[in-house]
Amino acid sequence: MSSRRSRSSRQSGGSRITDDQINDLVAKLQQLLPEIRNRHSDKVSAAKVLQETCNYIRSLHREVDDLSERLSELLATTDNAQAAIIRSLLMQ
Amino acid sequence: MNSSHLNPSSSLKSRFTTRFLRALTRINARKPISPSSPREIFQRYRRIKVAADKSMASSVRSRRTWSRATLWKLRSRSCLQLASLGRRRSVKTSTITSRQAIMKKTSHEIENKTTTEEDHQDRFVGQADKLRELVPGGEAMDLCNLLDETAHYIKCLTTQVQLMRKIVDFYSL
Repeated sequence: MSSRRSRSSRQSGGSRITDDQINDLVAKLQQLLPEIRNRHSDKVSAAKVLQETCNYIRSLHREVDDLSERLSELLATTDNAQAAIIRSLLMQ
Repeated sequence: MNSSHLNPSSSLKSRFTTRFLRALTRINARKPISPSSPREIFQRYRRIKVAADKSMASSVRSRRTWSRATLWKLRSRSCLQLASLGRRRSVKTSTITSRQAIMKKTSHEIENKTTTEEDHQDRFVGQADKLRELVPGGEAMDLCNLLDETAHYIKCLTTQVQLMRKIVDFYSL
């Protein structure tokens, strides 16, 4: 126990980051991931959660790319007035 | 404030939608010579993607490190496109050196245990480093902030994707 305390005193900036803090944050992330959301936290390692998070962010980036491409193609053929209509519809 | 942390607020959705549709209208207002050429489509795709990311970051404003980093990156990119190539190189190097400093910081933040647990810590730190590359501004964050910012970033990204899909569906009618 005392050795753990001396190790954490080596950290710069004085802020001690506990395991519990990190576990809480990792559990919060796990809730956001679509694949492993339903599994209990003790069965999924923190490293696995981070890995799935990275994969999920990459897939979201790809989706944004894909949707931007589709929008670009659609804009070539669509009327301007629809933008005003859509805005008013989505505001409600 | 805590409950809005879990669900993207409707005000965030409407702020994003307003900004994004406004940007789309501006992009659409350009009258190129051949609007359906592959080059035009590609350029428009780039502008739309930038507009989407910028709209979301602007809607979050400077409340989050990742949104500040995104806005800073987009603004400096448009400035650098006018400036010389030498300046762009120097911006890149400073990012790499600060990242190396933060890598060391991450491994000290996690307490080491036995060798098998050390392997797990190594994998954890390795994944955290990959996460740093994906989350805007992640290079300069400590581990706790990185995990917190990642959660918010993912929520906003899913909102962005959801709203962009709705817009695409409308335009496809």
